[in-house]
Amino acid sequence: MRHILSILVENEAGALSRVSGLFSARGYNIESLTVAPTEDATMSRMTIVTTGSDEIVEQITKQLNKLIDVVKVVDLSEGRHIERELMLVKVRAAGKDREEMKRTADIFRGRIIDVTDKSYTIELTGTTDKLDAFLEALDKGAILETVRTGVSGIGRGEWVLKA
Amino acid sequence: MELKLPPLAETGETLTGAEIVVRCLKEEGVEFVFGYPGGAVLHIYDAIFGQKAFHHILVRHEQAALHAADGYARATGRPGVALVTSGPGVTNAVTGIATAYMDSIPLVVITGQVPTRAIGEDAFQECDTVGITRPCVKHNFLVKDVNELAITIKKAFHIATTGRPGPVLVDIPKDVSAQTARFHYPDKVHLRSYSPVVKGHSGQIKKAVQLLLEAKRPMIYVGGGVVLGEASAELTELVRLLDYPCTETLMGLGAFPASDKRFVGMLGMHGTVEANMAMQNCDVLLAVGARFDDRVIGNPSHFAAGNPTRKIVHIDVDPSSISKRVRVDVPIVGHVKDVLVDMLALIKGAREKPDATALAAWWDQIGTWRAKDCLKYDRTAAIIKPQYVIEKLWEITKGDAYITSDVGQHQMWAAQFYRFDKPRRWINSGGLGTMGVGLPYAMGVKLAFPDADVACVTGEASIQMCIQELSTCKQYHLPVKLVNLNNRYMGMVRQWQEFFHGNRYAESYMDALPDFVKLAEAYGHVGMRVDKPGDVEGALREAFKLKDRLVFLDIITDQTENVFPMVPGGKGMSEMILAEDL
Repeated sequence: MRHILSILVENEAGALSRVSGLFSARGYNIESLTVAPTEDATMSRMTIVTTGSDEIVEQITKQLNKLIDVVKVVDLSEGRHIERELMLVKVRAAGKDREEMKRTADIFRGRIIDVTDKSYTIELTGTTDKLDAFLEALDKGAILETVRTGVSGIGRGEWVLKA
Repeated sequence: MELKLPPLAETGETLTGAEIVVRCLKEEGVEFVFGYPGGAVLHIYDAIFGQKAFHHILVRHEQAALHAADGYARATGRPGVALVTSGPGVTNAVTGIATAYMDSIPLVVITGQVPTRAIGEDAFQECDTVGITRPCVKHNFLVKDVNELAITIKKAFHIATTGRPGPVLVDIPKDVSAQTARFHYPDKVHLRSYSPVVKGHSGQIKKAVQLLLEAKRPMIYVGGGVVLGEASAELTELVRLLDYPCTETLMGLGAFPASDKRFVGMLGMHGTVEANMAMQNCDVLLAVGARFDDRVIGNPSHFAAGNPTRKIVHIDVDPSSISKRVRVDVPIVGHVKDVLVDMLALIKGAREKPDATALAAWWDQIGTWRAKDCLKYDRTAAIIKPQYVIEKLWEITKGDAYITSDVGQHQMWAAQFYRFDKPRRWINSGGLGTMGVGLPYAMGVKLAFPDADVACVTGEASIQMCIQELSTCKQYHLPVKLVNLNNRYMGMVRQWQEFFHGNRYAESYMDALPDFVKLAEAYGHVGMRVDKPGDVEGALREAFKLKDRLVFLDIITDQTENVFPMVPGGKGMSEMILAEDL
């Protein structure tokens, strides 16, 4: 099953490698990993999307908590939450396909953020599913380049993840 | 890491980084630092020169520095301290660090690093110490600011010795050890991201006691956590109060006295029939400071499927040890000592008592397993049997020596036949299984307890992995006794090749062995060779009589002897091979 782990870590050199090293050393999956500073400059927040049985995800959470630099771990998928991912796609957009490409982007509420006479660069935000659906809606041959941030997640409502 | 610290004491003395290291170790009450100098730690060695706070023990290889510090920690319960230089100093130390990590031994390892400005430039003797050691330490630090040095060392000792203990490494670039700062050593540190649980959950403890008292076929399974958590007395009281059978892992030996009839022997791959069968067939299992690892329960699905109604209570300070390989019914996270104290109070106050009839029937069942006498061996043989040597060693040292061992068959025989009645007497590498630890372990133990008998049970393959430390033993006058069970084979490798690889003894025979007697003498020690069963006892007695000499006993043993019982890898723990089966 897919799980979204939100992790607060000390903003220390090496904290990222401690976390990623744990996953590789123990053979856990990482589907995506994002990390950036938080409102508190001493901490960074990571979102890791992983898959595994309940037992494995329980071990992952326990092992993460054991790392000295990890302040807090929450499995967002255990409760109501919102997840978003940002994708930039460069597509071929020439001749008769140019108009169709624009329409498809509009349907997915994508924004065209760079234009040449032969290409568009489209910015799209949403769940992983939505981004996948957009790519599927395009003609494979039209996709020149994709870059995705991986998932960021946050709990719904007033609950906050704090140290 | 955010800290709640008093403001930096402006009144503190101004010291160099190197002097700060020495002062921190003094503040921590460190007795011995095991180390080896080199370029990146020269300032620190300069500060050590002439100081009287601790003794520096110069080893002959960095691996041995770590093992000796580790042995000291295992025997005393205090953190071991090692000091090595950058690059090869660190890489040599890694085996020792990983050995300590796997057995949760508290160490503080101080390493030199190239100057901060040279880091990342592939400088001479540079390696990414923090990167290389990250997977085998509890935590590590690179200190880039001399003002952070003292607090970092404080954190290192705090992290190493609390919760589930482990090695912590502090990497100090050469320029940092030369720079100066005001010295202030805090009494305490607080890390917001690190606060190990101590007290167990009272509701869970109640449930556990209930289960234990209702048990018809109870079993108590004790691991190294009881030794590390200093909970031997509480555990012993619990076992005796309930009159339940008790088994110990390789790391738990001595936590409960082996001479007590409730002790059914070590369990696991080379455990006794009675211990393994009772584990497999019990209805309530209390696991204390143990982790159900592959050498203990074998195949976890066999363990679970063979007895699906068994209830398991698991006490451990590390939540990640619980339900890792085996699902447990009542997990209790906490210090084993505190939890056992709470359990004892509840049991003493409980109206229910264990079911005496069921218990008697269970003991009868265990008696039939015991009657198999699974550790029996040929006592009439004309060649020396290794088991006999250990029995004699036990007898002559009155079961009260510190026994270190290396890794292999001799380790298993020592574990099976030296009946440990006290914790911290059995010093060996359980998790990582590091050949070569025995001699440096013995050094660390002998330094801690100079008046105690310290023997290293080893084999001719293992001993050669750190043989150079005979020189260190000479320098510091460490009269340990080496009991070399010399069967001219890497015995355990040979045993597996015999059982599982069609007797093809690939590279497991040790050709061209040195003359160990002459070798011992060359290092300035006493060497003795024993090749007749009748001479074993006399030689051992003579060796221990030579109080002030290191004695290397080269004992020529039966090449074909195997360790029994044996649970083959991947099998269930009741699927043992016994000597009589072959």
